[in-house]
Amino acid sequence: MLKSKYLKTSLSYDAELCTGCGMCSAVCPHGVFFQNNGTAQLIHPSACMECGACALNCPVNAITVDPGTGCATAQMIAALKGKKEPTCDCC
Amino acid sequence: MPMTATSNITFGDKFQHFLARVGLRRNRFRVQPGLYALGKPDKESNVFVTANYGLSFNKLRAALAGTDCYILVLDTKGINVWCAAGKGTFGTEELIHRIDDVRLKKHISHNVIILPQLGASGIAAHEIEKHTGFKVEYGPVRAEDLSAYLRTREATTEMRRVTFSLTDRLILVPVELFHMAVPTLILMAILYFFSGSLPALASLVIILAGLLIFPVILTWIPTPNFSTKGFLLGVVVAVPFFLLALSSDPLAAWWQKLGSAIPYLLITPSLVAFITLNYTGATPFTSKSGVAREIYAYFPLMFWMFCAGAIIGIIFRFIH
Repeated sequence: MLKSKYLKTSLSYDAELCTGCGMCSAVCPHGVFFQNNGTAQLIHPSACMECGACALNCPVNAITVDPGTGCATAQMIAALKGKKEPTCDCC
Repeated sequence: MPMTATSNITFGDKFQHFLARVGLRRNRFRVQPGLYALGKPDKESNVFVTANYGLSFNKLRAALAGTDCYILVLDTKGINVWCAAGKGTFGTEELIHRIDDVRLKKHISHNVIILPQLGASGIAAHEIEKHTGFKVEYGPVRAEDLSAYLRTREATTEMRRVTFSLTDRLILVPVELFHMAVPTLILMAILYFFSGSLPALASLVIILAGLLIFPVILTWIPTPNFSTKGFLLGVVVAVPFFLLALSSDPLAAWWQKLGSAIPYLLITPSLVAFITLNYTGATPFTSKSGVAREIYAYFPLMFWMFCAGAIIGIIFRFIH
């Protein structure tokens, strides 16, 4: 749908660290990870919305992502106020 | 002692849901954080965790009709699960604190708590287990799927995905319209007095195009991002105003007609695109880096189109 624009995200995954607990594929709302033969596979990286759920729930830190809000209003307000991180204060 | 909850949604609840959906008193639509007993739970009963936003709590307790269980409500300052997880209030620290505060271990003999999947962006499940001994089980995204989930304790792929259907998008429209109602009326009044009825009407149409038409046709506009979709919609909306402005004064010279009509082609698309760019925050699939790239790519164009249109409009207003 709209995902093609957001091809490059801050998501990275080190498959060698994976213990196959299955958390990342359970928590991802966009099916970015898939459990295959006891390890997680990064099958749909372009669908990542950088919510950070997978990285936060990975017990071995195999996943890193810079989480934050995909909201233009929040980002423009943050830029105007000189804040580094956009926050959802307006809704 | 746990507080008591029922699955009954009263008329008063429904009225509060309505108010929340149009953005009225939404901040005050809260329930008290803590442990609730739904039905007659015993030591073996399930524990479901949720936010203290009234709509979240009511959706959960309605979906659990007929089940005897506990509901653990975190203090998310009246914000729904997913947004609160993003802010960190539906978070690891608060869950650890709340489990301790309500003495959850005294109420149940097992060690599993069921969380909504979208709470995961605020909760580190392994940290919860390390600090409290409770195992976090992520249930489905939507409370409506809970009864199916509880039969197998497995979420299907559909249960694990967020959607953004036409219904999902339409539910969000009233909040946005109510937010913008007063600013729009003020803008229309100003434009009416300084520029006339056509610009005032155009401002109303721009707002409606961005907040009402755009969410409906979002998936059918054949470009890959919100700004270009907004530009396209804006051009379509601008054409009738452009043509009306061209023919508004038959006695004017051709360059005067063009001068008063061209601002519609510049200002309308830039403003519609600006509104639709800001719609990114209402969707469940845009990312921080993607939106940042989109702002850098298209905001300057919106800005300069708007300025050019405004300057041309003002100049020809005085030449008239």
